[in-house]
Amino acid sequence: MNTHAAILVAVMAAVTMLLRFLPFLVFRKKTPPYIAYLGEVLPAAIIGMLVVYCLKDTAVTRPPFGAPELIAGLAVVGLQAWRRSSLLSILGGTAIYMVLVQTVFVA
Amino acid sequence: MVFPPEERCAMKSEIVRKAFLKSLPVMAGYVILGIGFGILLRDAGYGLPWAFAMAVAIYAGSMQYVGVGLLAGGAGILTTILTTIMVNARHLFYSISMIDKYKNAGKYKPYMIFALTDETYSLLCDGDTPDRENADLYRFLVSLFNQLYWITGCVLGSLLGTVLPFPTTGIEFSMTALFIASFTEQWIRTKDHLPAVTGLLSTLLCLLVFGPERFLIPAMLLITLVLTLLRSRRGRKAV
Repeated sequence: MNTHAAILVAVMAAVTMLLRFLPFLVFRKKTPPYIAYLGEVLPAAIIGMLVVYCLKDTAVTRPPFGAPELIAGLAVVGLQAWRRSSLLSILGGTAIYMVLVQTVFVA
Repeated sequence: MVFPPEERCAMKSEIVRKAFLKSLPVMAGYVILGIGFGILLRDAGYGLPWAFAMAVAIYAGSMQYVGVGLLAGGAGILTTILTTIMVNARHLFYSISMIDKYKNAGKYKPYMIFALTDETYSLLCDGDTPDRENADLYRFLVSLFNQLYWITGCVLGSLLGTVLPFPTTGIEFSMTALFIASFTEQWIRTKDHLPAVTGLLSTLLCLLVFGPERFLIPAMLLITLVLTLLRSRRGRKAV
């Protein structure tokens, strides 16, 4: 059982590493303009994708209809726009979320 | 420019300090998520050495969570390969967009590529560095600090088990908050908001169509497609 588990861990590590290294290996010499363009516009798009990814399990069709996520998420946006400090935005937003799910919107 | 050694030393410690400050927002999230992983893995019958090895060698949060299920269920090798590709395909995107930024990183480069997680990516993708000359050292250190937080969390979770001193319900929102903060910062910094809107709407559409279990790959394909179409539009404008 342990040998098989060790093999699985090694496989997960190897495949993950391959995915991370592949673009660097394929476009080693010169980055084609199309890939360079993707590199320029992808970051903003992927961060947008990750925001949705993080919120994918939010239940919007039953109470509290995603209210804690919405309120805390807007707080993060507001704090970031106000002070431009991601540490403050993240700590503030998380604290608000924790208070909301532990006291206001208790399941 | 040539600086006397003591001055260079002072600059180095300044870079370490800046990198540490930059990595701080990730610390809480990684330690907490790591603890969650360590606890799950322990419950599945794999203790400290396994938590440590996976944090060091795989170093991909969501994959490690999925990996607990694979280990517990005694999954086959092919299943493991395919699952890893599905869960981690987005890393191809991160690497593509870092090809230019990491171009001259030299001895730091292999580790920086290995350690390019969602969170490290979101800290470094804006290309903003405090000091051009030491940009690679700075990015290397941010990457390294983040992995140290992750390893610490995974090990702690494995050691602590289920005894935690305060109610942590909701603390997982720190990761969401991290991405929302990056998104906001990105939005404030750039004039062209089309890529950001593309990412948000394409993913949302795919989530609605394909459901929360398998929307990520269609979303990545749709994002690439829309951005490609936007490029040809931009190209025509330029001509």
